[in-house]
This record gives sequence, C-alpha cells and structure tokens, in this order.
Amino acid sequence: MAIYLRPASLKAALSTLAQASGKGRSAHPLTVLAGGTDIYPTRAGKQAWLESFPRDFLDITQIPQLRGIRRDGRAILIGAATTWTDIVAARLPPAFDALKQAALQIGGLQIQNRGTLGGNIVNASPAADGVPPLLALDAEVDIASVRGERSVPLASFIRGNRQTGLARDELVVAIRLPGHRASSRSLFLKLGARSHLVISIVSVAMLLDQGADGTIADIRITVGAASAVPTRLAALEAELRGERLDASLIERVTPGLFSVLTPLDDVRASSHYRRAAARILVRRALANFMEPQVEEVAA
Amino acid sequence: MITEEFTGAVALTVNGRKVEVGARPDMRLSRLLREELGLTGTKVGCDAGDCGACTVLIDEEQACACLVSAAQLEGRRVQTIEGLAEDPIGPALQRSFHHHGAAQCGICTPGMLMASLELLRRVEKVDRPMVETALGGVLCRCTGYLKICDAVLDAQNFLEPDDGLAGEDVSHIGDGGPSGFKSTALSQDLAAEMASAVGARVARLDGLSKLDGSEIYGADQAPEGALWLRAIRSPHWRAGFVIGDLGAFVSNEPGIFRVLTAVDVPGENSFGIFPDTKDQPVFAEGETRYRGEAVAAIIGERAAIDAFDVRRFPIRWEPLEPVLGIEAALSPNAHKVHVSRPDNVLVRGWVEKGDIDTAFRDCAHMAEGVFSTRFVEHAYIEPEAGFARRVGDRVEVFASTQAPYMSRDEVARVLGLEPGDVRIIPSACGGGFGGKLDVSLQPMLAIAAWQMGVPVRSVYTRPESMASTTKRHPSAISASAACDAQGRITAYAMEGDFDTGAYASWGPTVAGRVPVHGAGPYRVPNVLNRARAIYSNGPIAGAFRGFGVPQAAIAHEALYDELAEKCGLDRLEFRLLNALRIADETATGQVLQASAGLDRCLEALRPHWKRMLDEARTLNEKSAVTRRGAGIACMWYGIGNTALSNPSRMRIALTREGKLLFFNGAVDIGQGSTTVLTQIAADALGLPVSAFTIVAGDTDKTADAGKSSASRQTFVSGKAAENAALALRAEILRHTNAGPGARFSLQGSALTVEGKSESSVIDLSSSPSGADGIVFEGVGDFDPPTEPLDVKGQGVPYATYGFAAQIVALDVDMSLGTVRLERFVAAHDVGRAINPTLVEGQIHGGIAQGIGLALMEEYVPGRTENLHDYLIPSFGDVPAIEIILIEAPEPLGPFGAKGVGEPALVPAAPAILSGIRHATGVSIRDIPALPHRVRAALEAAGVATEI
Repeated sequence: MAIYLRPASLKAALSTLAQASGKGRSAHPLTVLAGGTDIYPTRAGKQAWLESFPRDFLDITQIPQLRGIRRDGRAILIGAATTWTDIVAARLPPAFDALKQAALQIGGLQIQNRGTLGGNIVNASPAADGVPPLLALDAEVDIASVRGERSVPLASFIRGNRQTGLARDELVVAIRLPGHRASSRSLFLKLGARSHLVISIVSVAMLLDQGADGTIADIRITVGAASAVPTRLAALEAELRGERLDASLIERVTPGLFSVLTPLDDVRASSHYRRAAARILVRRALANFMEPQVEEVAA
Repeated sequence: MITEEFTGAVALTVNGRKVEVGARPDMRLSRLLREELGLTGTKVGCDAGDCGACTVLIDEEQACACLVSAAQLEGRRVQTIEGLAEDPIGPALQRSFHHHGAAQCGICTPGMLMASLELLRRVEKVDRPMVETALGGVLCRCTGYLKICDAVLDAQNFLEPDDGLAGEDVSHIGDGGPSGFKSTALSQDLAAEMASAVGARVARLDGLSKLDGSEIYGADQAPEGALWLRAIRSPHWRAGFVIGDLGAFVSNEPGIFRVLTAVDVPGENSFGIFPDTKDQPVFAEGETRYRGEAVAAIIGERAAIDAFDVRRFPIRWEPLEPVLGIEAALSPNAHKVHVSRPDNVLVRGWVEKGDIDTAFRDCAHMAEGVFSTRFVEHAYIEPEAGFARRVGDRVEVFASTQAPYMSRDEVARVLGLEPGDVRIIPSACGGGFGGKLDVSLQPMLAIAAWQMGVPVRSVYTRPESMASTTKRHPSAISASAACDAQGRITAYAMEGDFDTGAYASWGPTVAGRVPVHGAGPYRVPNVLNRARAIYSNGPIAGAFRGFGVPQAAIAHEALYDELAEKCGLDRLEFRLLNALRIADETATGQVLQASAGLDRCLEALRPHWKRMLDEARTLNEKSAVTRRGAGIACMWYGIGNTALSNPSRMRIALTREGKLLFFNGAVDIGQGSTTVLTQIAADALGLPVSAFTIVAGDTDKTADAGKSSASRQTFVSGKAAENAALALRAEILRHTNAGPGARFSLQGSALTVEGKSESSVIDLSSSPSGADGIVFEGVGDFDPPTEPLDVKGQGVPYATYGFAAQIVALDVDMSLGTVRLERFVAAHDVGRAINPTLVEGQIHGGIAQGIGLALMEEYVPGRTENLHDYLIPSFGDVPAIEIILIEAPEPLGPFGAKGVGEPALVPAAPAILSGIRHATGVSIRDIPALPHRVRAALEAAGVATEI
C-alpha cells in the first residue's frame, strides 16, 4: 500500500521524514512532493516502460510557512514551496529581476502556477532556470531536520547533475537571499529552440552593481545548462569588477574566461555551440546594462 | 510506523458542484476527472505537463491536471471544459472558436479554451502577446495557432448568441455510441443557407462537440467492465528474447488474467500496407527489430496493470548489434534486417526521362548538393487509444484511425476472419497526419477480445506512442540540377535514400512518390530521379503528410535558388519561367490537361516578394548581427494514390421521416472532410447543408471511402459525394417528372419539388420505402483516372496535382544561429476552395509543421520520446500567414476542387531554408536547422558574429 502523507506543520513533516529515513522497521523512503511538475513527468516516463517509480509521498503543500516571501533582517527568504507565479507577483528589488524573468520562462502558466522554487533546486537539473539567478544572488539554502537547522550556499548544495547535499531526513525549507544593494540590477537571458515550453540550451543570469563613478562595483555572472551544475564565472567577474561600464568591456569577454564551463553534446546543442552561446549571451547581458532600452537580446 | 497516512476521500468542487471522491491520493487530477467523475472532456496528451491538453482551472488558475495529485485538491474549486458554458464568457469563447475554425481535430481545444477562459476573466482587453503568453502552455499540432489566437481576441464580440451560428437543435439519428450510428448534430451557418454552400465559410459541422468536451476520442469510451491491455515492448534496438513460463506468471499475478504472445495470434501474425509487404508482426517472434516493438501483451484489471513492474515479466533479452542509419544499413556486411531483402533495400522507385548526361554536359549552369533530414514524429496530441469486443462471431474495434477499411482488413487478417466479420468504428481522431493510417493497438485489442470474450481497452502513453508508431522517413539525398543561359531548367538528377526503419509500412509509397515529384513543379526535359526505401533497426518510418515529397522539395528548391543566382535571375522569376503550366509535360511524361495554377500563385506573390526583398535590403544596411532574409519555395503534389486505383463510395438517402442521411465513410481527422463533403453534396442535390444528417465512418454502416491521406478526401470522396447527390437528385426528378432545374425544399417529411411551371409535394411518410425507411437514395463512386508507370517511370500517376508557392521573411541571429520568422505569404492553387476557412486552417497547420521540420524537429529513439525533449512549434513560433487562394479549376474534381492537406506543408521548410540562405549566404543542408547547426555553418563560412 502506497503512503501519502500531507502534514500541516513543519514539525510533523520533519519527524515523519526522520522516521521514514531511519533504520529499522519504520524506514520507508519518501519522495517530497510539492508542485508535481518534475515528479509526475518522471513517473510518465517510467510508466511508459512499465518500470517502477516512487509511490510514497510526503506532500509539503499544506505547510503554511513553506510558501511565501518574507524579510529576515537584511535577507529575503523565499519559502521552498513558493511558486513561480508567487515570485512574479511579489514586490522585490531590481536585484531579483533575473529571478522573475526566469520564472516567466519556466514552462507555461500551468507550470508557473504549480512549480516551486524549492523543487527546482532540489531537482538539480543542469538546465534549471531558477538556479542561475539564485547563484547570482549568492543564495543560501535553509535546511531543516529533527537534528536541527543548517544553511548552506546554493553553490555547494547542488553537487552535480540531479545531485544535492540533502540528507534523507532533511527538507529544504527556504531559499535565503542575503543582503544586496538597492542599486543592484539583474537580468536573465534564456536561449531555447522554440518560443514557449522549452528547456534551455544555455541561460545566463547577471547581477550588476554600478558605483556612482560609473565603474562596476559588483558583478555576478552565472551560466546555466552549460555544465553539470549552473556555474558562476568567477574569473570573468574579476576581470570586469572595477572597470567602467562601457562598450569596450564587451571585448574583454573572451573565450578563455569561460573555460570553467563543461558543456555537453546532446540533442539540443553541441558542446562547442553552448560555449559560444554562453559567451554571446554574457556579452548581450552586459550590453543590456549599458543600454537598458535594448530589447530581444536573446532569441 | 507512520500514522498520518492520507486515507480519506477528497472533497472538492468541480464545476460548481461539491463532490467527494475516494481516489488514491497520488492519482492525477486528470484521471480523477476522467475515470472517477466521468468528465472525459479533459484530454490527456502526455501526462507530463508538456502539452497542456489537460489544462483545467484550479481556484481560477491554469493547471495541468496531469501534474496535480488528488490529495492536493481538498477544498479546491476545479473548473473543466464541461463547466465552461456556466461562465458568461465561456459560450462566447465557444462561439468564437466555432466561427473562426479554431478547432480542427479538437483534442487540444478543451485545454486552449480553459487557458483562454482564465485570461479573459483576468483581463478585459487582450492583445496578441497576452494571448500567446496565456495559451503558451498548450500545444496544438493542427491549426498553427493563428485561428485560435484570432478566436480569443474576438471572443468579446460573441457574447450575444448569433442566430443560426451555434446551438441549433437539428435532429440526428442513432445513439451516437459505438453500438449504433455515429451521428453528428448539425449546426447551421447563415452562409449555408445561401444559394451556394460551396465556397461558403460554413462552420465545421462536427464542431460543437469539440468545444464542450462531448466529443468522444479513442480514450473516452469503453464498455462497462472492459479489461485493460498493455504491451510488453523491447527496450533494445534489436534483441533476441526467450519468454518463460507464462502460466506460472499469470497465476502469480493477481488481477492479470492473460498474456498474449505470437502463438496466440489466430490468423497471420503479420500486417502491413501492401499485399507483398506485410512484414510487421503483432507480437515479435524470436527477434525484435526496433526499440518499442511489442513481444507480448498483458491483460487484466486496471489496478493490476497500473502496478505491474516489467521486471516481473518472464523474459530474457539478448541485445544484438543493431543496424542504425542509412549508411550502416547499406554497408556490404550489414546485418539483414529481413531475410527477404539481403541488401536491406526494401524497394526502389525511379523516373527516367530524356538524356541527363547530354543535358548536364551541355548546360550553362549547374548546382549540386547533399541533403539530410531526420526522423520526424507526428506528435498528434491524442495518443492511440480504443477498445475491442467480441460480438458473437464478429469483432468490433473502436479506435482512433485515419483508415477504417484498411484497419478492418488488417484486423481480419490477424484474426483469420473475413473482413466482413470485423467492424471498425472510428473514434473522433485527435490528429493523424499519416501516423494513424497504420494499425497500432487494433490487432492486439482484437486478439485479446476475441480470445477472452470480454471487452478489452488500451490507451498508449505518450512515450509508448512515440517509440512504437511510425515516423517521417529520414532522408539522404544527393541531387544536381542544370539550366541553360536563359535560366530554363534542362536537367535534374537525384538519388534519395529513405530510412524506412524496421518494417515496410509506407516505405514503398515514399520510394514511389519521391521520384515523380523530385524535380519539382517545373518543366524539366531531362530527369533521372531514383529513390530507395532502406530497412534498418530504427523506428518504423511510414506516412507523414507528404510521403517523402517534403524532403525531396528541400533538395530541389535549394538547387534552383542556386541556379537562379548563377544566371542572374530573381528567385521568383526563375520559378515562374520554369513553372509547369497546362499542356506542359511532367517528369513522368504526363501532359497536364487542366488546373495547373503555379504561375498564377507566383504572379500573385510577386508584389509581396518585392516588398520582402526591399525590407531585407533596408534592414540589412543597419544591422550586422540580425540579418533579414526572404525565402521562396514552390511545390506540387499528386492527389490520391500513386498510379493505383483509389476509389471512394458515398451514399445519400431520404427517409420516410424526411431525414436526409449522408452515409459518409471518410474519416474527418480534423481537416474538415465531413463539412466539405456535405457542402458539395448540398449544392449537387439542391438542399441546404442544414438538411443533412451525417452517418459517419463505421464499416458496417458506410461504404469504403478509402483513407484520409494523400490529400484525397475533397477530390476523391468529394467527387463521390457529388455523384451520390446527383444520383439522388435524378431519382427524385424521375419520380416527379420535373425538369433538371427544379428546386427542392424539405420540410418535415414533405419534399417540395418546384419546377418551372408547376411544383409537386412528395409526402415521404406515405411513400413506399425499404425496411430501413429509405424512400430515395443515390450512390456515387469516384476513382481518379491514372495509368501505371512503365519501366522508366513514365505514365499518369495522378489525375490531378495541387500547386503552391510560399514566401517567408525571417531574421537570422548571426551570433546565436537562431531564426525568427517574421511572416509567410502562401499562395495555393486548390482548384476550388469549397470552404475557405477550412482551407486556411490546413495551410496554417501545414506551415506550422513545415516550420517544425525546418527548424526544430528531430526524433531520437530513447532520447526524445516525450514532448519536452521532442520539440514541435509552440504558440508564438508560427508567424503571421497571409493566404492567397488561387482557383484553377480541376474538371475532374467536385466543383473544380482538389486537395490541400499535404501541399500546405511541402514548401514551408524549403522556403525557410531559402530565407536563411538569403539572409546569411549560407545553405543549411543538414535538417533541422537547429541553432547549433546554423551557427556551425556561419562559423564555417566565416560570417558568424560574436555579439
């Protein structure tokens, strides 16, 4: 008999997870379910070939504190079960524009209304569109279990393609975005082979803070779908930090600064193409900050 | 142990009514609606949130019902298509969709309507981008989205019911279900009441049921107590296998009652399109030849089938080295996929005319190239579904099909029965495009029902549908073309290899059609076109809108662009110079007698073409990164079977009750044949469209109208319908001694025949009739005149041809290699547009599929067996399309009409590739032109930009 639990409190959820993941008779691995936008498609693929799939669920959509956006001191906390539509509708500073732009390009409205930010990071797809903007915001992941709470940088939480550092008794409760300057702006560019409902070939998130003197005080650049894990381009950031934001910078975005990427060859694109596209999207993002009126920077 | 387990029933509100359902908590909402509540208007296309067909509103928000667990619905309000009409804007949306022809096959329509409802509730004044965003989560494979968008934008204008547009209650017969007549309640468009139904924008007669969720598709109905069937399929490209003890297996699997394998097939364990190519087994014997091939089927209760883990099935697989791709299949030491074809060549087709050697030697200019295309999936949104039951010593199969009579004969063959002992009742067809010509689940279901004596049903999952059914043939084409100094084409030669996969299917048709059409719709005095269908261990390639002609057109149009350039001619003028006209001879030596309107198509496009070229010139002065291109392509397409008999029979009858019954065996797969054929019959008979009651495709009730393919139903079945109507008219005139110009009117059972001087009234209710109540009837046949091709491929393969030219403006991103389509202008010679709205719908949808072929679609077995890795054009990928209808009447056709279904698709992809070349100077010959392929070509040519 399949198990389906839908606790109304975080405490109940955590103790359930603890029991389920423990040793002995009560052990029974549970799959955490929220929007279902990854779990049910995976199930469809398994059902097609009469393969087994997870049938035991811990449904976290009834736990009020997991959904919603709130301030915690200087940080902003986004509950793990917050939907893309919630994020789009929220009043957030310009540093979050990239996250909102990503939210608007994840599936159709049907997916945006149900899919959650927590699910996107726990699913840990290399092409997860939510991850590059969060990495650019230096996101941390708030994790809870009956053993206690911990917070880890998103960059180390996602360990590989579909791999995270989440223990079996742990639950992601929120994404924590530490302090950011009010003057920070951000942008998300997605490249896919059709206009809607498309998995990214490459995506780029860029957060930029321009000093009063016109130089780049801070810049964070992340590329998605071009490595096993969306990746910050630290060398490129260092290259650009402190420089004046003008057209000459475009030439400084050179292939060598992308060597950290390890893109795949697959049905969507070649590895070679993904490197080139990442470079071009980064250049366009930079140009976009110079001329905010430019539209349609990505196809 | 855990104690908080969810066990209780779910209480939710569905369409305003509170319901309590005792469903499993992880059951998908889509299944809860369809199977627990009987609300089958919500359609399932993928179970993965990729297609949006199952879109419903949950607390006013769009959701894919396939992604929501039953437990999450506690206390929620769900609205489905069945509740659409309760909303004030709902009926307006339905009327607007009906008026605009926004539903073709109708399978995506409930999802589209629910997404539209959510938008129109939220926003009062909507624009095109808002519609695209709001409906962007729903895929449509038929319409190209444009009429859907128009319908949503126009919905506010349909708030008040319009007399005669919708909702008219017209009588119909039978119970509508599989056991009786399948009937269609007719609506009445004002236009239909005008003197002529032909040429009027009659809203589709089978349209209303597609707009309220009541249409019955393959998965929507089955007899009470039907068992479920699932096939056990090979996960390997090629494998040997040994099946273990099935008796022990069944006794250990509660709820599974039977396993079928090859030994359970009562008749021949083989089927296939042609008498000499019945090479596909229902269940493989000894070896499987492609990934997804069935080796067995399990039959049992739903729950047991659902919970079954294939690891428990007693089978031992021995994966074998597969032959993949054309090159491997043709290598001398390749494994023989079928022993009957030692070289893996299933069939060869060729057309030879004139002397190409001399022509190439003496030409002024020459162009040559190698072109390749990939497997393309039909991606109809309705996966295969249906049921079978045994009725005495007969079998009935209710399923989604394009070809009921072929389906009947295939089922009879595998059961060892006479065709007359099999009844095929086509469900509404949620998209076909050639993919539902072959049988899929029908033989398995029929065998199960026959052997077990109980009804058995099955619904393919999306990956199962994609893995196991046919594809468009991948092609490898080498071609060369030559012209004289003035630009007159003098020669064309092509060698085309088509990967037909593991079984023959329609491979012979592709190999036959391609050489005939391979040089394009032009006067070419010297031709040598050869095509081969090659067996491999790939997916079965069969029929897909165009039978290889779209692939061949990519080659010839690219080469003619080059020739035009070499002789300094505009690409349109080059084509106009060479266009086939009346009295010209085709590559097969056929002299065209009539209805060759390509020159008129090109002339109509000329001003649009000049504008596109001017725009490109202006835009390209400014931008180096975004380059504008204008592309052009022409096509021709033989309507109906290639040099084979291709008959259709229609029957129209008047009953004692005054019912005008149209026995129409042509399957309307969304293209609109039911409407078009009735329009033809109405004008030929002299009664309005609204007088007809359709008795549609049921092999027990209707005569063989052939298959809905080869763009033949308007031309062939349309002519048969006209003949049937004329026969009925003659019968009535004979009865009343009225002159040929008499006018008919039908009121109740009173048929008034109004002659020049006198009129008479026939009281049908008191007229002598047969046991079936029929007083008068007319039967009409048509078989288009063709002649077989001789040893050089010379002859008259088709009675008529559709012609078209399309132009496209597009932007290429010279850095990313992406292509944005700006607009199409499509000029089509359709002979006569019986129903312009439906013709436009075909052209929109054909262009959309051409866009997919050109830019994004590539089926890779084991890798793109779903609708998120396999991309078809989505809302927003189809640009504005302007349509110019050219009517060069075909004397053989009904009211001058011929076909348009396939002609719409053929030129779209080559036009796009022509535009890319114009924009960039680079020819893309490895299709689809995905961004990385375009960028690679730009890099190779040294023209890629880096910003």
